[in-house]
Amino acid sequence: MKLGATANRAARRFISSLPALFGVVVFTFLLMRVLPGDPAVFFASGPQAGPEEIAMIRAQMGLDKPVPQQLLLYLRDLSQGQLGRSLTTGQPVLVDLRNRLPASLELTLTALLIALVAAVPLGVAAALRPGSLVDHIVRFVCALGVCVPTFVSGLLLIYVFYYLAGLAPDPTGRIDIFMSQPPRVTGFLLIDFAIAGDWEGWQAAARQLMLPALTMALFVVAPLARMTRASMLASLGSDFVRTARSLGLSRRKIVVTYALRNAILPVLTIVGIVFSTMLGANVLVEKVFSWPGVASYALDALLSSDYAPVQGFVLLMASIFVLVNLTVDVLYGVADPRVSVE
Amino acid sequence: MSEAGTAPSAAGARGGAGTNGAAGPLLSVEDLHVAFSTRNGVVEAVRGVSLAVSPGETLGIVGESGSGKSVTAFAVTRLLDAAGRVTAGRIRFGRQDITGANHRQLRSLHGAAISMIFQNPRAALNPIRPVGLQIADAIAAHESLGAKEGRERALDLLKAVLIRDPEKRIDAFPHELSGGMCQRVMIAMAIAGKPSLLIADEPTTGLDVTTQKTVMDLVAAIIAERGMAMMLITHDLGLASRYCQRVVVMEQGRIVEEAEPKRLFVAPEHPYTRRLVAASPTASSTIADLAPGSAPSSAPAEPPKPAPGTPPLLEVQDLVKRFDGDVTAVGGVSFRVAQGESVGLVGESGSGKSTISRLVCRLIDPSEGRILFDGASIGDQPARGFHASPLRKDIQIVFQDPTESLNPRFNAFECIAHPLRRLSGLRDGAALTARVRECADRAGLPLGLLERFPHQLSGGQKARIGIARAIACRPRLLILDEPTAALDVSVQAIILQLLDSLRREDRLGLLFVSHDLNVVRMMCERIIVLRNGRIVEEGGRDAIFQRPEHPYTRMLLDAVLHISGPSTVAG
Repeated sequence: MKLGATANRAARRFISSLPALFGVVVFTFLLMRVLPGDPAVFFASGPQAGPEEIAMIRAQMGLDKPVPQQLLLYLRDLSQGQLGRSLTTGQPVLVDLRNRLPASLELTLTALLIALVAAVPLGVAAALRPGSLVDHIVRFVCALGVCVPTFVSGLLLIYVFYYLAGLAPDPTGRIDIFMSQPPRVTGFLLIDFAIAGDWEGWQAAARQLMLPALTMALFVVAPLARMTRASMLASLGSDFVRTARSLGLSRRKIVVTYALRNAILPVLTIVGIVFSTMLGANVLVEKVFSWPGVASYALDALLSSDYAPVQGFVLLMASIFVLVNLTVDVLYGVADPRVSVE
Repeated sequence: MSEAGTAPSAAGARGGAGTNGAAGPLLSVEDLHVAFSTRNGVVEAVRGVSLAVSPGETLGIVGESGSGKSVTAFAVTRLLDAAGRVTAGRIRFGRQDITGANHRQLRSLHGAAISMIFQNPRAALNPIRPVGLQIADAIAAHESLGAKEGRERALDLLKAVLIRDPEKRIDAFPHELSGGMCQRVMIAMAIAGKPSLLIADEPTTGLDVTTQKTVMDLVAAIIAERGMAMMLITHDLGLASRYCQRVVVMEQGRIVEEAEPKRLFVAPEHPYTRRLVAASPTASSTIADLAPGSAPSSAPAEPPKPAPGTPPLLEVQDLVKRFDGDVTAVGGVSFRVAQGESVGLVGESGSGKSTISRLVCRLIDPSEGRILFDGASIGDQPARGFHASPLRKDIQIVFQDPTESLNPRFNAFECIAHPLRRLSGLRDGAALTARVRECADRAGLPLGLLERFPHQLSGGQKARIGIARAIACRPRLLILDEPTAALDVSVQAIILQLLDSLRREDRLGLLFVSHDLNVVRMMCERIIVLRNGRIVEEGGRDAIFQRPEHPYTRMLLDAVLHISGPSTVAG
């Protein structure tokens, strides 16, 4: 019954987010048309192309039609599952995104995992002794992580771990170009290597992943740690933790089972937001590490006035945002028995 | 794992309590001082308290908020929050000095030798852990046992605290249980480690009167059955007099009097105790009795006779309020309030009394039925737009929580001036200032406090602002939603006197919502008893209190605890 209620809630949330998705599609479409830059000029054969050639390209691309008609055509294509074709790569946008999304997701998820593994204990440690040296150190680390831009911290990490220490591999791409790719199953290299049983390859991919993931993690440790600290403080000061103490429960049980499990709920919300932000904003990291992800793909397309990939990217991000929020919602329902009642 | 190392000390403490009990007190506190470091410097909350609890004895600690009674309890169990600290004194449990006990010693003491139950039982339980597991946690804190055995033992404890359907409730979360049930679960957890002393900190405050009685009877029975001692901390003299063998009275961190309840409450010696006893409403006290000398004694309220033919001030017909389609909070209620009349709405939580007060005040819309004010229908004007109605200033309300119902960014002057500006059209200037000062004066709020913000005022002063604000526009109907539930008895006494005289002077109609039958009896001529959104009985004060007809009314009346010795009540 409780499971049914959660599923019901998730379905309702999903349906209510469809209008927003539609709005995103229309808005992005119009925005791209308003931005300066004419793709026909950009993709003409050369600087010497005459007005006739440009007009022809324009007609070919459908850009000579009025904007509302273009929008309708685009929506029709969308309803058939087509996102259009990228002019830079010559591939359908859907194929491009499908090829590149796993790279971005693998990077983001790994970074998020690293960030959580670091942030939650840091936040808990800070909350257990507020005002102590530990608390101040955590605050300092967090401030540092937030105020250093990712491309700076990325380059710094490359300098230290690749150039000075030689621990990290050449920071370009997901895998050494001389390594053979695993058979593609999920597109996540770590998973595909594991499925293929190629542990040497797995290690290589993991080493390649470490620096960009660390760079991204560094940036989001701060909000996660601060949130953990704040909600842990509230949890530790609550009546039920006092009850647990009055009954002589072990410190571990009080901190982990009673305080942390309650404190983690607000952190879950932040994780959802942070994840979505990371996925969209990791373009700098992808650029610094030549990571073949969706964000750098969309940036390249934007710079060359290539409409379809940008629109496809924004729609993808919006959909992921909806999915992530849905997941957080469901997790919340599982973690907090009070939610499903309301 | 660490049980082996810590067990002896707990056993020693318990042995000292059990076997050699007669030789000495179970708990003794000598000259205890507790200080809190606050932003404004160090505040001494407890200043030299000495007391002792013998094995099997129930000691009551009574006093008003700020008297240090709870702080004493938390100091004894060493559960003070970080800002508080024992600065002097000695606490002994059995033969063990626990004043400076370290973390490990305390862990073996907590739950196994001394345990606590708290005010607000629902907040005291972990909201996301099933209650059965929480009870099992309490058992497992002092002995090693598996999950299956833990569940069985938790079930036994749930049966011991008389929870209905224990097999079902064991997997329930706290939010699925009523407040009374949560307190039973808390009691189960407190006795899980077989302690010899139970400290109950306002265990029934906030529970319904009938629940209060059943919970306290249960605690008393469990204490007696297991030969435990209890320290009962309460502001309710009736509770203390019924369940305690000995009572100490605390004021400002000191013990002012100590005696058997029979002697203490019948012939109090210390002036503070005398004041406290006088301020506690009893079955026979009148408004004037509560705080002798502080208010001009006035003649008992005469129900004013309206001229024949005039409609009653307020008439409610078949009022129904449903929430979310299926929850019926109010199910067809009709009553009248005449001008200058005071009508009491009593009932337990869920009876719909607060919903009715909000409906009548036009803060929420009724689902069905009519609300007539002065013969004019106001129930069909949407609540959302009622603030613009000319009748808005005629119907005003005083809310239960004096703090939450004031805007924290408004000072007292602004709080009172706000309705005057909005409803009476008084803009800034001398007229507004004069009116605010007049209202504050009538509500007994010292004019010097008008510049202060709510957080700088005491509960009683905030209650006065709420009253001054409500009477500012000269309403004709004043709705009082548990106006004194959050206040100490001595403050309550003064506020009740104030409300009574305001009503007499302005011929206000009062709709007095309360769960406290003694208060309603003093304040109201007519009383309406509600249960599950329906009126079960309605009648004059004397009829209801002396000849209750409905069994539910009788049950409510029986649950009221009166101040007297335990022997007289038990008999």
